[in-house]
Amino acid sequence: MKQIAKALSTLEAIFREIFDESSYSRFLKRQHLSVSRESYAEFLCEQAQDISHRPRCC
Amino acid sequence: MKRLPQPLSILVWVIVAILGAMAFATIALHRGEQISATWLILAALCSYALGYRLYSKFVAAKVLVLDINRATPAERIDDGRDFVPTNKWVVFGHHFAAIAGPGPLVGPVLAAQFGYLPGTLWIIAGAIFGGCVQDFVILLFSVRRDGKSLTAMAREEIGNLGGFIAYLAILTILIILCGAVALIVVNALKSSPWGTFTIGMTIPIALLMGVYLRRIRPGKVIETSLLGFILVVLAVVGGRWIAQSPSLASAFTYTAPTLAILIIVYAFAASVLPVWLLLAPRDYLSTFVKLGTIGVLAIGILVFHPTLHMPAMTQFADGTGPVFAGKVFPFAFITIACGAVSGFHSLISSGTTPKLIRLESETRMVGYGAMMCESMVGIMAMIAACVLQPGVYFAINSPAGVIGRSADVATATLSHWGFPVTAPQMQSLAQAVGEQTLFNRTGGAPAFAVGMAHIFSNSLGGQAVMAVWYHFAIMFEALFILTVLDAGTRVGRFMVQEALGHVWKPLGRTSWYPSVLFSSALLVGAWGYFLWMGVKDPLGGINSLWPLFGICNQLLATVALCVATTIIIKMGRTRYVPVTLVPLAWLVSVTFTAAWRKIFDSNPRLGFLAHAELLSGSSAGPDTARLILNDRIDAAVAGLLVCLVTMILIESILEWSKVLSGSKEKRVKESPFVPSRFALEEEA
Repeated sequence: MKQIAKALSTLEAIFREIFDESSYSRFLKRQHLSVSRESYAEFLCEQAQDISHRPRCC
Repeated sequence: MKRLPQPLSILVWVIVAILGAMAFATIALHRGEQISATWLILAALCSYALGYRLYSKFVAAKVLVLDINRATPAERIDDGRDFVPTNKWVVFGHHFAAIAGPGPLVGPVLAAQFGYLPGTLWIIAGAIFGGCVQDFVILLFSVRRDGKSLTAMAREEIGNLGGFIAYLAILTILIILCGAVALIVVNALKSSPWGTFTIGMTIPIALLMGVYLRRIRPGKVIETSLLGFILVVLAVVGGRWIAQSPSLASAFTYTAPTLAILIIVYAFAASVLPVWLLLAPRDYLSTFVKLGTIGVLAIGILVFHPTLHMPAMTQFADGTGPVFAGKVFPFAFITIACGAVSGFHSLISSGTTPKLIRLESETRMVGYGAMMCESMVGIMAMIAACVLQPGVYFAINSPAGVIGRSADVATATLSHWGFPVTAPQMQSLAQAVGEQTLFNRTGGAPAFAVGMAHIFSNSLGGQAVMAVWYHFAIMFEALFILTVLDAGTRVGRFMVQEALGHVWKPLGRTSWYPSVLFSSALLVGAWGYFLWMGVKDPLGGINSLWPLFGICNQLLATVALCVATTIIIKMGRTRYVPVTLVPLAWLVSVTFTAAWRKIFDSNPRLGFLAHAELLSGSSAGPDTARLILNDRIDAAVAGLLVCLVTMILIESILEWSKVLSGSKEKRVKESPFVPSRFALEEEA
């Protein structure tokens, strides 16, 4: 049971990283902000360069 | 997890090896009757398991000498933004999501014209000894250089020329890639109101997602992606109603040239809009759909173990194939790039991933392991293509200019070749999948979609849902490809702006809108030209563009392997250099042979210049001059790529000989050693 819970937790962490939710959490922690439209808009500005430069594989 | 006792471990691996050998013997020697896809899966899984357990471990221990005690940049820098020490499974998932693209789905489908065997052998062997090794070593070398990109490593280790050539190769591959994948989408959607409606709807859905994420539920990306997925599924289902309504169907039925223009306009607009509005939500949506579909397809193949109808080898190994011209060597190895060896992966391996690696030992699982999974996706695509009756496969994938324009002529040609198929059979299949016709739907996507629909509809829901599965598969591929177009155009635009900034500084400012518009127009114009060429090509543009893309991609892999070989020599591990040198030599022989054939072969279906000469000797039509120019441009691009890679090979060989002869110091430019605290935690 513990192992299943750990596996599900890891799966959640994988999806949160892939979909940049972890990235947003780290941004909030770094900037000492809370979830809001304004903080997300700031995060998107910071991410815009990274996302734009990220090559998508063929 | 407890390790097995050594004798038991050896026994397990011997059994795996025997099972794998049996599976290979079955697929290689089987003739005549159909076989189950299970044998391909078994051969692949056993090979990957052995490759990971034995070969990657050898590379890790002897060649790269992974050091668990050395702090990675994620640990040393740990800025909470780019450099973040991350759980290895999370990094694995993130890296796999980044490298998984439409390539391993399209290439194997096209290469199935040779039969299932050549492509399958290349996917497995190419990945184990080539692609996985490339991804692994480049990842580790980037980790040891604080996450430096491939271009930067090429510049440092080979020289400024090496860096410049890597830069040019990347820009060229982006242009050819965008043209080739856009052509795949055009061929998948032409004369298809259902497909066009569904893909058209993904644009407002992505815009809605962007606004929802920014204004209503900030940061809830997974929730937003799920919402987008539900809307896209509704669009797929609703597309049937559009296709069945005469007035609405005609509004969504477009010819290939019209679709090409629409895609060019869309890609330009998407690349200049803010990232959060279209690119990012589209990226999240396509990732969500991609991971889910790959998972569902894997389960479908494992549970339903479909039967392969394509033979192991077809007569087209001799180079006379209708899908694309050229013999098995080198064209099977060029056509399948991403599932076996892809230079593009070296950009990903030296991008975000190295900045997340917690321990050097984890690069083996992430670099080698993720590419193995990608290779498995290629095997699944091969299966999806080969479950089709060969006559159906060739009817879908062969251009009208080769097998005939009318259904009767095309089916007669294919039946004469030994692949029986009838016009009523194809019409019935087209109706079953909700299309007007399946003839001349080149590019691989429709064939993959029919194969996938066949696998699922035989088991889940029957013929009634075959059309929905088909259009879901088309949507999945097209959604993905349009994201690649958005992102590829942006990445290329940044590269162009960087170069133009040396000519006139304002053009180098990435936030200056006139520069954004100008650079985007240049790039979209470049790949749009190749797209237009492909659309107008009577031989089916895939015959020209996909081999050109494969050559580009594997030439970039050549650059990556040159960098890797140089570093291994400088590390003093020269006796192990065959690990990168052998795949490098193989890729050079394959790509150079392919480029030579595409430029100079006397067969007009194969050689660009021979085709141009044939056209110039025939009676001139309105398009003749343009087609001749296209052939010459294609020949020039192939020639340019070969010249660039020859230069980097020469630079690399000179560097190797200087280091080996002692005239240059054997010194690697790694970041300084700092002990890792994570290593102590692992030991504890």
